[in-house]
Amino acid sequence: MPLIKDGQIAEDLYIAVADDVPLPEGPVIVSLKRLRAERETLLGRNQKLGVKLSSEESPENLGSDLDRLSLVVLEFPKFRDGRPFSWARILRTRLRFTGEVRASGDFLYDQIAFLVRVGFDAFALPSAIPPTLFQRALSEMSLVYQPAADGRKTIRQLRSGQ
Amino acid sequence: MYRYDEFDAAFVRERTEQFRYQVERRLKGELNEDQFKPFRLMNGLYLQLHAYMLRVAVPYGTLSAPQLSMLAHIARKYDKGYGHFTTRQNIQYNWPKLKDVPDILAELATVEMHAIQTSGNCIRNVTADHFAGAAADEIEDPRPVAEIVRQWSSLHPEFTFLPRKFKVAVSGSPHDRAALKFHDLAIEVVKNEASRVGYRITIGGGLGRTPYIGYVTGDFVEKPDLLSFLEAVLRVYNENGRRDNIYKARIKILAHSLGEAEMRERVLREFIEIKRAGTLQVPQEEQARIEAYFAPPEFEALQDTALPADGALGQWITSNVHKHRAPGYVLATISLKPIGGVPGDISHEQLDGVAALMEEFGYGEIRASHEQNLVLPHVKQSDLPAIFARLEALGLATPNAGLISDIICCPGLDYCDLANARSIPVAQKIATRFADGKRQHDIGELKIKISGCINACGHHHAGHIGILGVDKKGVEFYQLQLGGSAAEDASIGDIMGPGFAEDEIVDAVERVVDLYVTLRRPGERFLDTYRRIGMEPFKNIAYQEQLHAAH
Repeated sequence: MPLIKDGQIAEDLYIAVADDVPLPEGPVIVSLKRLRAERETLLGRNQKLGVKLSSEESPENLGSDLDRLSLVVLEFPKFRDGRPFSWARILRTRLRFTGEVRASGDFLYDQIAFLVRVGFDAFALPSAIPPTLFQRALSEMSLVYQPAADGRKTIRQLRSGQ
Repeated sequence: MYRYDEFDAAFVRERTEQFRYQVERRLKGELNEDQFKPFRLMNGLYLQLHAYMLRVAVPYGTLSAPQLSMLAHIARKYDKGYGHFTTRQNIQYNWPKLKDVPDILAELATVEMHAIQTSGNCIRNVTADHFAGAAADEIEDPRPVAEIVRQWSSLHPEFTFLPRKFKVAVSGSPHDRAALKFHDLAIEVVKNEASRVGYRITIGGGLGRTPYIGYVTGDFVEKPDLLSFLEAVLRVYNENGRRDNIYKARIKILAHSLGEAEMRERVLREFIEIKRAGTLQVPQEEQARIEAYFAPPEFEALQDTALPADGALGQWITSNVHKHRAPGYVLATISLKPIGGVPGDISHEQLDGVAALMEEFGYGEIRASHEQNLVLPHVKQSDLPAIFARLEALGLATPNAGLISDIICCPGLDYCDLANARSIPVAQKIATRFADGKRQHDIGELKIKISGCINACGHHHAGHIGILGVDKKGVEFYQLQLGGSAAEDASIGDIMGPGFAEDEIVDAVERVVDLYVTLRRPGERFLDTYRRIGMEPFKNIAYQEQLHAAH
């Protein structure tokens, strides 16, 4: 599963670890449940740490632990489940999270531009999306009406010459 | 009217090309139907019983003459020569080919039209009072607000995969002609004690299988705060709306399970934060820029005159002409409910004919109403005879606006994939039964609304008389509901009892209406009489014949 980070194919430095598997060396991604159960160990490892949230789990559940994370993975169980769009927006705008926000699971080519707008900067691409098409997805709509988490100039700002 | 600037125009052009690419991939098999579905729906493209159906957006129901001519052209070139106006002020075509749809959208874009968000689980095309900018009782024209909402909601990155569709309506009058209380979210222009104009926000209304009347969640939202408030409501909905059951996924279910107090609290929390960030505030200059597009035409200094009251013209004026704010002017409804016709249908010749009429008599502007009619918003009283003659020649002079044969009706089993029963033939038979103009005018205001299934696209819950088609072991039956209203006195109709067979429903309606005529007090509409005397007398009379037959 190719990883796109900041628009480029990138190496995935993290190992996703299931709840019942011992922690390997190096940066890992764990569930919220495991973070809660093994909080001291995980935060004390002096390694980069990522947490994967299901679409049911708001990033506000992370509380102040968010400051210790370098990656939040937001899972799309089905591409129709639009909650991760709001979770990413909250991570960036309300919680001011500056680490990596990664989309994983079932999302479509046609959703990539929306995902970037709400604050995702990394994508575990499903096999149906060729990495070569990633940039095309971002070029389809050059104009946007709404302010979002990406800081792009809106049509209103362009109108008023800002 | 709003006019696109270079940015709006480029946005719609790019959107068309984006969809062209999606269609290409679908035709090549790179997207399966399941994956293609949300994207075609976001461009108004349904897969119906017999073919694709394309729903073209008419934002807040306002159209120019060149736009109407384009709709005629599309009906001729890509469809079977007609279109159908819907209960959300849009127009739909029932027979386009998938491969043609990108070209249709490209042609629409040349007259500043599109099909963006006329379907799908997103913020739908915004509707408004069809008398906007002309009504005598209006506080402010609601269309600038609707345009601001249209722009904000177009391809909103966060709210394009909502639990379910989200419908917004806007009105600027205390008299509700936009069915505000049955919308997911309604914006009503109001004045506060200091005479400042702002918005009252209602949420959680809806029809479908669980009808609800909406409740107020923002008593007075200041003008610059509007989008921040809307974004707050949408975020609460996107995060918390149910996604496990399609029938419980609308905001009405969330709003009524959380309750008013909790909902207000959650919305307020988001609102304060979004407002503080400031990026969604609508600056005064932008508000003024958009308002300027909707400035009324320069009316001549005229006096009101006595309108003709006799003959066919007089009858048409009595039902189809409405009070205007400017002296010497009126609004005129063009009924798309000819007796025995399909409610809302219009041919390409009629579309072209109306476009010419608008240019000559109507400042080039027209409205589509949620009651599936057209409205000329600004016409001179002195032009009424000429307008009526032209409409007669076009077959569009039916004198029945607001009367018993002005029926709202969904497409039903004749077209729709979801329907359980036909609804168009029932509308046609009722209209034919009450065809006599004198009788209709004597009965007065009576809103019949017919749906061919429980999804309630024909708004049957909100009809003075509502009719719901159901399927019982392969046979169509029709349930009667009485006492609904979509106006400011909104109510959900009461179910009378067991359904009527197809050959009984028209008789039942007629008995109900005749009883009203017998029992009404002076000045009472059907709805008023029903509210005064209740279901019992109507129920007894409606089932009478059946009881006789059974004995």
